[in-house]
Amino acid sequence: MFLLLFSFSILFTIQSHSYHKSKFINSANFLCGSIYNAANNMSAYFSLNSQNKLLSEENRRLKSLLYNLENTTEINNSDSLNKPYYFSNAQIIKNNYSAIDNVLLINKGINDSIKQDFGVASTEGIIGIVDKTSGNYATVISILNSTSSISAQLKKTNHYGTLKWDAKSPEFTQLVDIQKIAPVSVGDTIITSGRSSIFPKGIPIGTVANFELDASENYYEINVKLFNDMTNLEHVYIIENINKPEITNLLNE
Amino acid sequence: MNNLFSVNSIRFIVLILIQVLVFNNINFLGYINPYPYILFIALFPIKNNRAIIILSSFLLGLTIDMFLDSGGIHAAACVFIAYVRPIILKFSFGMIYEHHTIKFSTVEFGSKLTYVILLVILHHIILFSLEIFNFSKIILVLQKTLFSSMFTILLSMIITIIFSQKPK
Repeated sequence: MFLLLFSFSILFTIQSHSYHKSKFINSANFLCGSIYNAANNMSAYFSLNSQNKLLSEENRRLKSLLYNLENTTEINNSDSLNKPYYFSNAQIIKNNYSAIDNVLLINKGINDSIKQDFGVASTEGIIGIVDKTSGNYATVISILNSTSSISAQLKKTNHYGTLKWDAKSPEFTQLVDIQKIAPVSVGDTIITSGRSSIFPKGIPIGTVANFELDASENYYEINVKLFNDMTNLEHVYIIENINKPEITNLLNE
Repeated sequence: MNNLFSVNSIRFIVLILIQVLVFNNINFLGYINPYPYILFIALFPIKNNRAIIILSSFLLGLTIDMFLDSGGIHAAACVFIAYVRPIILKFSFGMIYEHHTIKFSTVEFGSKLTYVILLVILHHIILFSLEIFNFSKIILVLQKTLFSSMFTILLSMIITIIFSQKPK
């Protein structure tokens, strides 16, 4: 009896350590979702002020982009049918940043046509990738998760690498595998590279805090200070790449 | 029996809710969280069947895992301490346990403390070694175990003192 149940739990643990394995113990179910939702409904009032500031800051940025566009016809063009990315909004109802493998919960699910591998970003930068979905809820593998790896690049050049997390601080993530010849300097902006077909190119991630060569002396290991305050998340955007099935089909052929 | 059953199911639900909604959001110094939900296992009636306590501990751990998206680490740790509980009981209460006359509200404070400390430390060691799952980070495991244990033990003792029925 003991051994049976103990090995069950070990099995679940091992499964949870591999990325995207089908595990059925997750918080994207009706029970956990509704409890977290109720709790979040109350606690959301306490962060109203800071969330409002974030949203109005983003509005200001978008307005200034909109009215400063030199070529206004571009706006009309972007409304045409070949928009590859579709944005929808959601709320984080469970945030987590103190464990090694952090998983968030959002209040949108299959009923809102959210599927696995959609990107999640906030007004300030990326947050993670959708993992499991249920009717009304979905779990998100945060960038603060030791199994997450996201393609990212330097903003000023196109040298790209992989964004990982060393589980030490929720303010910093690590960008590895950047070629030694890349001109890295402290304060440079890191953005998503658009190579993974999850995130579009150009979503901000953070700035270079410090960097050093790795053991092989061929690649940089960069400490990235995140734009996002991962401890204070509320409103997020879910990014769907409409061309993704086509891209994955092509790659699998 | 019926009364005992209802008391324990209420304790089960309340401890899970408090754990998930309150104690997991403490993040003291960034990562230290207490896990006083294992009080359910600690205070489970002693005379009951061993299979029942192991099964209910498994359910307890699994529910916590579900809420925290942590695979099966809490379930594993809970099942383990439920399994070794008789040994710890014998160690910390000695003769009283042999005669099956323990009541948690009447035993003296010192032996109760040893009992809780042993349970908590065992639970946390298993919990964090499974969470980190890496032998090269053994220092981190021990560090997390130490800090979280202190926090959990303190809170558990406070909760038991507050909610213990006074012997009349």
